[in-house]
Amino acid sequence: MSWVLVLPIAVPFATAVVAYLARNYAAGRWISLAGSGLSLVVSAVLMVAVLNEGVIAAQMSNWRAPFGITLVADYLSAVMVVITAITGLATAIYALGEIPEETERLGFYALFQVLIAGVTGAFLTGDLFNLYVWFEVMLIASFSLLVIGGGKDRLDAGIKYVALNLVSTLIFLSGIGLLYGVTGTLNMADLRQAVAQAENQGLITVIAMMFMVGFGVKAAVFPLFFWLPASYHTPYFAISAVFAGLLTKVGVYALMRMFTLVFVGDVGFTHEILLWVSVLTMFTGVIGAAAQSDFRKILSFHIISQIGYMTLGLALFTPLALVGGVFYLVHHIIVKANLFFVAGLAQQYAGSTDLNRIGGLYKSAPLLAALFIIPAFSLAGFPPLSGFWAKYLIVKAALEIDAWFIAFVSLLVGLLTIFSMTKIWGMAFWKPHPDGIDPTPDRAPARVTRAMIVPIAGLAAMTIVIGFYPEPFVQFATTAAAQLLDPTDYVTTVLGVQP
Amino acid sequence: MEALTAIVIGVLTAAAVYLMLARNFMRFLFGLILLSNAANLTIFASGRMTKGAPALVPYGADTPVGVVANALPQALVLTAIVIGFGLLAFALALAFEVYRRLHSVDTDEMRYAEPKEDATK
Amino acid sequence: MNSIIFTAAARLLVALLFVFSLFMLLRGHHLPGGGFIGGLIGAVAFIVYSLACGPAEARKALRITPEVIAMLGLGIALLAGMFSFFMGDPFFTGQWYWVGGDSYDTAAFSVNTVLVFDIGVYLVVLGGILSLTYAFEEET
Repeated sequence: MSWVLVLPIAVPFATAVVAYLARNYAAGRWISLAGSGLSLVVSAVLMVAVLNEGVIAAQMSNWRAPFGITLVADYLSAVMVVITAITGLATAIYALGEIPEETERLGFYALFQVLIAGVTGAFLTGDLFNLYVWFEVMLIASFSLLVIGGGKDRLDAGIKYVALNLVSTLIFLSGIGLLYGVTGTLNMADLRQAVAQAENQGLITVIAMMFMVGFGVKAAVFPLFFWLPASYHTPYFAISAVFAGLLTKVGVYALMRMFTLVFVGDVGFTHEILLWVSVLTMFTGVIGAAAQSDFRKILSFHIISQIGYMTLGLALFTPLALVGGVFYLVHHIIVKANLFFVAGLAQQYAGSTDLNRIGGLYKSAPLLAALFIIPAFSLAGFPPLSGFWAKYLIVKAALEIDAWFIAFVSLLVGLLTIFSMTKIWGMAFWKPHPDGIDPTPDRAPARVTRAMIVPIAGLAAMTIVIGFYPEPFVQFATTAAAQLLDPTDYVTTVLGVQP
Repeated sequence: MEALTAIVIGVLTAAAVYLMLARNFMRFLFGLILLSNAANLTIFASGRMTKGAPALVPYGADTPVGVVANALPQALVLTAIVIGFGLLAFALALAFEVYRRLHSVDTDEMRYAEPKEDATK
Repeated sequence: MNSIIFTAAARLLVALLFVFSLFMLLRGHHLPGGGFIGGLIGAVAFIVYSLACGPAEARKALRITPEVIAMLGLGIALLAGMFSFFMGDPFFTGQWYWVGGDSYDTAAFSVNTVLVFDIGVYLVVLGGILSLTYAFEEET
């Protein structure tokens, strides 16, 4: 049983080792692709196991919980692992087209696989210190991936990204230290009881806020998001996409996990703060996007704004809101990664991502235009695409508890998102190219564009499927949210498993 | 002993924050090193300061004999030091590369990723 | 660095440090020591060598690039963890085989995955530290 949980982490690591040894040969990129495919298979196996049993847990090295490291997967973890594998596979295909050979020789694919392993590990671990370790695995890989390939803008972006992420990690680490001092355990399931029984509840709330700040920087919530728009528009598009899709979501996942499982003693205080943080995140993100005129910078600011919706789902803390939050998380990873992929292909065709310097893509690349429309409208929340259901659930949850203002802001932000998306549409696709040239697909070699269009089409198809048949996905999110709100299963599975 | 440790942590954190407010990236990094030491000390102090032997099981016994120190925080701190070392080494290498390529470590002067809007546009 | 005393002493020091690092690696499981500290000492040996003779010479002495050593170490550590799969135990469970007896007391020595894992860690630390320091030395 335990191997179902280990393999989604072990496969990317093994792929990283082999891909690094083969980095000087063409085989390296195919190994990475095969490894990503295998990751998807083992993640699907994990998903099936979770669907059959609800929650599964495994104790590493046969050390009984809460003493050893526990890996645990409930519905939320399982779906995050699967979506990570899907994004990983899409990026591995996309990278075949985009990444130049010199970068491959530096070990690009190995770093990429380590990043995926780190993200997957963070989703599966049931131990707080282990979560810290996975964060670091993920960070060190992402630092290298961000600056790989050189360029002054990448170095500049790297400094800002590295600096703020290191600070957030240290706040998180201090929080772990204090929490261990109060409760004497770091196993998340065990912490639930230990935190509830702790004498000094005031200190627990302080620690909860430290975690909120630590994870908040990772998730890029207001007012801790400044590193994100400073860095996400500089690396390779494949890397931008995987960062945009996955890295901030690890922060959101960690918030969701800790603030449903462990820190639920003072919901009125902690979740109220998170609520206003979410509202401000949504709003500042979308306003920031309106001021930008670069394809990727607009998308970066929209990540921030969308993160607000997810944390809003957590902050409202009703069953329906959590369903919305989980649904939003999954939908957003697919859509946002896809939009960054589209930006990369648009750059290949038209030569830039600066909206003032490109245009005419609709005429010369109608397929790309169609594939942009799907994730863009989904992001803005147009029916019948996946984003509509995600926003609908959140707004409905807000209306249910008579939070009119919050529902109003969510709808307003949706409206402003449409503004940004139509701006990209108008300037990149609709208006003629300012230099009078016709951006043609011929500008890039066919091998490159083919590798890049396949993942875009695949993810767009997923967006449509989720949009037209939301029923099973909403059902799934409902179960996931129920498990989050009542983690009895989680706790008993983790602590009750005998070696 | 706890009080002394707490004061040391406080001083380290204060010094770290002071250094990290500087525009110079190297000062920021030194602040980060101090902050990471403060975090490690926090974990160490959280395991309670006891006078005890190292938690080693003597030959022939199944459990440690006598009073032993809590081994878990030590393991956590060791892990955190190693990880912190790796990250700081990376950050230092990055700072070095930045200095070589951009000829400055002043974060205010680094406007390559987000250039100032040109007024004529 | 151009000091004849240091260069002469380095040859002796490097050999001594390297043997000491292997000693630390092998005494690891039951006594203080292990792959991590062993790897650090081993790295120090090569750093001393590179200070005495220059990083280019030190790379030649190492034969394989440090990054590859680190990656191989990661692979070995992973394989050691995966081995328990064939025994039906959870990931990373140590597998012990006693040679010439059936327990720690009676056996002459043991073959175990814990040591293999430690060797992996040793290589990761050695490779990781060396790739960092060589990169720094070569740039200055």
